[in-house]
Amino acid sequence: MRKKWIGFSLVGGLLVALAAVVAQQPSVLFVSTQFTPIEEAQRMRQVILKDFSGRVEFIPEDNAPFTNRILSEARAGKVNVSLVGGLHGDFPPLISAGALEPVDDVMAQLKDRKFSPTFVNLGKMGTGNQYYIPWMQATYIMVANKQALQYLPAGANVNTLTYSQLREWGANLQKATGKRLLGFPAGPRGLMHRFTQGYLYPSYTKSAVSKFRSDEAHRMWSEFKALWQYVNPQSTTYDFMQEPLLAGEVWVAWDHIARLRDGLNQKPNDFVAFPAPIGPYGRGFMPVLAGLAIPKNAPNRAGAVALIEYLTRPEVQLTTLVENGFFPVIQTKLPDNLPQGTRMGADAIARQAQSNVALPSLLPVGLGAKGGEYNKVFQDTFARIILRGEDIRRVLDAEAANLRRVMNDTKAPCWSPDPASNGPCPVN
Amino acid sequence: MRSERYIPYVLILPSVLFLLFLFAWPLVEALLLSVRGGDGRWTLEHFQRMASDLYFKDAVRYTVLLTVVMVPLQVVLALCMAMLLGGINRGRDLFLYVWTIPLGISDLAAGIAWLAIFTERGYLNSFLQAVGVIQEPRLWLSYETPAMLFLAVVAAEVWRATAIVFVILVAGLQLIPKEYGEAAEVFGATPWRRFWRVTLPLLMPSLQVALILRTILALEVFAVVVALGGRNLPVLAGEAYFWYNAYQSPGVAAAYSVLILGISVVATLVYLRLMRPKQEAAA
Repeated sequence: MRKKWIGFSLVGGLLVALAAVVAQQPSVLFVSTQFTPIEEAQRMRQVILKDFSGRVEFIPEDNAPFTNRILSEARAGKVNVSLVGGLHGDFPPLISAGALEPVDDVMAQLKDRKFSPTFVNLGKMGTGNQYYIPWMQATYIMVANKQALQYLPAGANVNTLTYSQLREWGANLQKATGKRLLGFPAGPRGLMHRFTQGYLYPSYTKSAVSKFRSDEAHRMWSEFKALWQYVNPQSTTYDFMQEPLLAGEVWVAWDHIARLRDGLNQKPNDFVAFPAPIGPYGRGFMPVLAGLAIPKNAPNRAGAVALIEYLTRPEVQLTTLVENGFFPVIQTKLPDNLPQGTRMGADAIARQAQSNVALPSLLPVGLGAKGGEYNKVFQDTFARIILRGEDIRRVLDAEAANLRRVMNDTKAPCWSPDPASNGPCPVN
Repeated sequence: MRSERYIPYVLILPSVLFLLFLFAWPLVEALLLSVRGGDGRWTLEHFQRMASDLYFKDAVRYTVLLTVVMVPLQVVLALCMAMLLGGINRGRDLFLYVWTIPLGISDLAAGIAWLAIFTERGYLNSFLQAVGVIQEPRLWLSYETPAMLFLAVVAAEVWRATAIVFVILVAGLQLIPKEYGEAAEVFGATPWRRFWRVTLPLLMPSLQVALILRTILALEVFAVVVALGGRNLPVLAGEAYFWYNAYQSPGVAAAYSVLILGISVVATLVYLRLMRPKQEAAA
């Protein structure tokens, strides 16, 4: 009996001592929708955050639990999270609930960082205040196995590829190998909807919402359906394209740069990276911006500010690129000793953004918690037209009604590349 | 001692609290979530949206189909295994442990293991290519081959979840006194007849438990299906997950879970009614 008590008091003593240590050095609870894959989270904790002077508890969460957590902490009046990291589109529900505190003072401290002005502006979320500090950026590009290059259609160049050339390329590949070697991440956690929203629709209609059911969109879907006959049907199970690329199941793929980097890094000599294809209106593409924000009544605001300062330092921005594949948001020269795969990705991104046909479109803005339902419209349209072979006109008309409901519920005005609107973005 | 009367209640209190806190409360919350709109008013909107969704009919169809195919298969298989085990003397424990290994494996891990078998560059294709049955890797798990996908899920689930039925039936068999079987044997009953007339009726309570448990779990099937088929084989629990996580619409997700709850309750009642022990009916 006595032994037990000794044990208890030992454990208790340890707990008190531990609590004292923790109290001495308050840590920053940093919750993020980015770096949810376990390897990325580990690299964030062990490498990227290594030189930060304070203590950080980095917790990546999926989208829905993330939003719920921040909102319920704000509602309960007991905030534990000091720093939140998320994509541009993750912030509107938090801001409209009043859960975030403006960070204009932090922005003022970071004057010397040379942030891209576009990104700083986006961080104001259409208000007069800075709501998040730009953290890192990424986008989606194409990667091909070098074996596929010999089958490019005559006169085609990967850097100026059009959608019809991509279709021909797929056809040539099938003729030569007997296999369907194009690939898209249309799996349950894949980002196929970003392809339709930010690449296909803008390239063919210069819009994603207002011309959703236009004749141009009709033509786009029928051309994409023709292209899909050369797509590996396992695409509906692919979440990250790097694995099927490495396995040789597909030779040409589109995906988020962070979901291609393992392929590029592991076998840089086997692959080429290049910009997305070009459509009638130009090369639609979607830059992705992540930012850092501070909740209202954050328990450790000073720590959070210090952590923002740390994460936006040029050297830490480069570490983030090398480790987790997200690119700097500040103007900085990429060093020559970058891993070859990372450099290939960086070159493709630069070519995609800087060409004269570039047609950047934003991630959905102002949809709040309805962002998921907005994506669903595009996912369902894709599934019905491409996978189930339903009549294009009928599907577009039916799904346009769903899209209209999302727009009217959220009263979100149009965002680029749709022309600006008064009131909710119309679905014509 | 007066205090002894309370001891049983005190002892079950933690588990009752646990159940109230982690089952009853979330259950009520989920029910409320499914019938309340964003503005707090009562509504059937979530159920309407669920029913009009693209994947709803397929999800119902595949969930029911999976349950109807899987559960009988697993019960028959587990019964055979349990009876075989009863006939083994040496090495009985070894068989018992090996057969129950899948119990210790998480369903997602099991799904991924079977994915490694059925995927384009998987073990099955490598094997078939090596023995010369096929020249090129075949696709087993694509949206173009739903029947094959369905069979793959059934195979994975039978492998993964037969063990739980098996364990329940082995325990049930051990509870049956040997005397009944021996008495029947004395009266000249064949082994087959003894199984039908003695073992099976006495095993009814265990079978009932196993069937109820397996059916409820089959209606909730999720991780194996998602790992093998993604969205190509929609099931109810998977749809609840997608509505909560991807579409961020907890109301519709709750409507799906209420639907699963409803089907589970009906299935349980049907089992309880159909398999009511005979003595009870007579008494």
